[in-house]
Amino acid sequence: MDACGVASSSSSSSSSNPKPPHVLAVDDSIVDRKIVENLLKNSACKVTTAENGMRALEFLGLVDEQEQQNNLNSNGTKVNLVITDYCMPGMTGYELLKKIKESSVMKEVPVVVVSSENIPTRINECLEEGAQMFMLKPLKPSDVKKLTGHLIN
Amino acid sequence: MEVGQMQRRLLEYTKSLFMEGVLDNQFLQLQQLQDESNPDFVAEVVSLFFADSERLLNDLTRALDQPTIDFKMVDSHVHQLKGSSSSIGAERIKNACVAFRNFCEEQNIEGCMSCLQQVKQEYCLVKNKLETLFRMEQQIVAAGGSIPMMELSF
Repeated sequence: MDACGVASSSSSSSSSNPKPPHVLAVDDSIVDRKIVENLLKNSACKVTTAENGMRALEFLGLVDEQEQQNNLNSNGTKVNLVITDYCMPGMTGYELLKKIKESSVMKEVPVVVVSSENIPTRINECLEEGAQMFMLKPLKPSDVKKLTGHLIN
Repeated sequence: MEVGQMQRRLLEYTKSLFMEGVLDNQFLQLQQLQDESNPDFVAEVVSLFFADSERLLNDLTRALDQPTIDFKMVDSHVHQLKGSSSSIGAERIKNACVAFRNFCEEQNIEGCMSCLQQVKQEYCLVKNKLETLFRMEQQIVAAGGSIPMMELSF
């Protein structure tokens, strides 16, 4: 699958000074959040972590229609990639993926779903909903480089 | 003990943990993420893992002590523990969790109790081994040496 186009940045950046990609990592496990944060920083990314889907949506400014329309919270336009765990209490990674793909602001942003379980129906469900990739945990540095490589100009 | 000797001891010790299946390749991957800009990364992750595991083990003990056991909840806790132990490379805890989840699915109380004991034992083992490992690393650094990188092709 080809990489999706990245949502256009709200600020103009000169080509000689590319901004590091901003990745939003969502995982309910504190251990995994710490690890993914470092994996991403090692790949020269700016990282924001969220412990559940709701917090992720709040950060992205996708919680209510009004906010979206007014573009009050422009975090959504700054994020270049979302990496989310599948199994989370409350809102699953799949449900978060759906909400992102349904939003006008964020639908072009690649969303990668990660899971410790290799379940084909789960994988297909995510890919059909528009996930860029589905990856198995635990993530390795080479996995992250693969994901973020195309984001860096 | 001079630094070279300490470094050799550390490598031997680390190697033994891999041989015994206490740690797996994932732990090595984490060590490789550690550098000058991030010198305490492994210790920090492991410390989070210890706190998180202890919380989960307490929750599991409580959950299995109820008159009516909620196996879905027990399974959910074990799933979390399995995930985090897999993330840091604590292979034996992870494997014990796999067996545990099977008993949850069967709603087998005795099997679950036995697995809980097993998981607790494996956790204590990993905790002791890692604490020893970190102590050895600290001694090397205090003596002015650097921590040698483990090179294994697993």
